[in-house]
Amino acid sequence: MLAKVYVTLKKGVHDPQGEAVNRTLGTMGYKGVSDVRIGKYIEVKMSGDNQAEAEAKLDEMCEKLLANTVIESYRIEMSE
Amino acid sequence: MKFGVIVFPASNCDHDCFHVATEQLGHEAEFIWHRDEDLKGCDCVILPGGFSYGDYLRSGAMAACSPIMNAVREYAAKGGLVIGICNGFQILQEAGLLPGALMRNKSLKFICKDVCVRVEHKDGPFTNKYAAGDVLKIPVAHMDGNFSLDKKTLTRLEKNNQILFRYCTNDGHVDEESNPNGSSGSVAGITNENGNVCGMMPHPERCSEELLGSVEGIKIFESIVNWYEANK
Repeated sequence: MLAKVYVTLKKGVHDPQGEAVNRTLGTMGYKGVSDVRIGKYIEVKMSGDNQAEAEAKLDEMCEKLLANTVIESYRIEMSE
Repeated sequence: MKFGVIVFPASNCDHDCFHVATEQLGHEAEFIWHRDEDLKGCDCVILPGGFSYGDYLRSGAMAACSPIMNAVREYAAKGGLVIGICNGFQILQEAGLLPGALMRNKSLKFICKDVCVRVEHKDGPFTNKYAAGDVLKIPVAHMDGNFSLDKKTLTRLEKNNQILFRYCTNDGHVDEESNPNGSSGSVAGITNENGNVCGMMPHPERCSEELLGSVEGIKIFESIVNWYEANK
C-alpha cells in the first residue's frame, strides 16, 4: 500500500518561501498569479492490506512527526 | 550542581555548553546521548544548538521524537529546569514543551551575527541575575528562527510573563528594523507557563567568557545556578 501525504501550511501562516516564488514568477512575466503556498509531499509505503488500520497509523504519524500541527495541516491519500 | 547536556546527531554546541558549565561556572556536567532513557540525575537539562538530523523534515522534528525526550518531558512536568538554545529551542517546540513554531527566517537567509536582545523580566530561573530592561549583545546563528504563533497566544504569553527576551536596538527599543528574522512580537526567547522550561534562539554559551570577546550571556547560566541553589 502506498500513502501519499500532503503537508501544507495552515491558512494565515506566513509563507516567505511562497512569497519569494510568487515574486519571481512575477518578474518572469507570468501574470494572474495571486498567491503561492509551498508545502511538502511525502510517500509512505506500508505493508499489510488493512487500509483502515494503515490510515489510522498514518494519522498518528502525521500528528506525531510528519506535520507540525501548530502551523501545518495534512491530508492523506491511500492508493494500491 | 550538575548540568546534563543532551547530544543529538549533529548537535554542535554541546561542547560549548559543557565548557561553560564546567570551566566557566565550575559545576559538574555530563553529556547525555539522545538514545539514553534517563537524565543521569542532572539538575538542569541543556538542549544545545546544532542541526540535529540535518534539519530534515523540519528543524528539531526528529530529535523531538528521540527516546531521551520522554525523560525530558517527565522531568519538565515535575518542575525540572530545561533550557533549549537555538536548535534546542526548536526541539522543545516540536516536542510540545514550548508554544509556537520556529519558521524559516523572513529574509530566507541564514543569519549569523551579533544582535541585541532586551531582558523582559528577571523573575524565575533564567534571568534573575539581570535587571528587567537590560540589553545584551548576543550572537544568533540560524535559518529557522522566525518565532511564529497566533496573536491570541502571543497575548497570553505576554500576560503570563512568558516572554524572556525580545530583539531590540542598542538602546533597548523594540522595532521592526532590529527584528532579524521576522519573529512575532520580536520574541527571541520564552518560557513555558510554569517558567521552568526556556527556549531561546540567541547563543549565550558563545558570549560567556572574555576570550570570546563578551561575557554578556554568562548570567543566564549563573541565574540557573542561583535559582537552583535557592530552591534545592
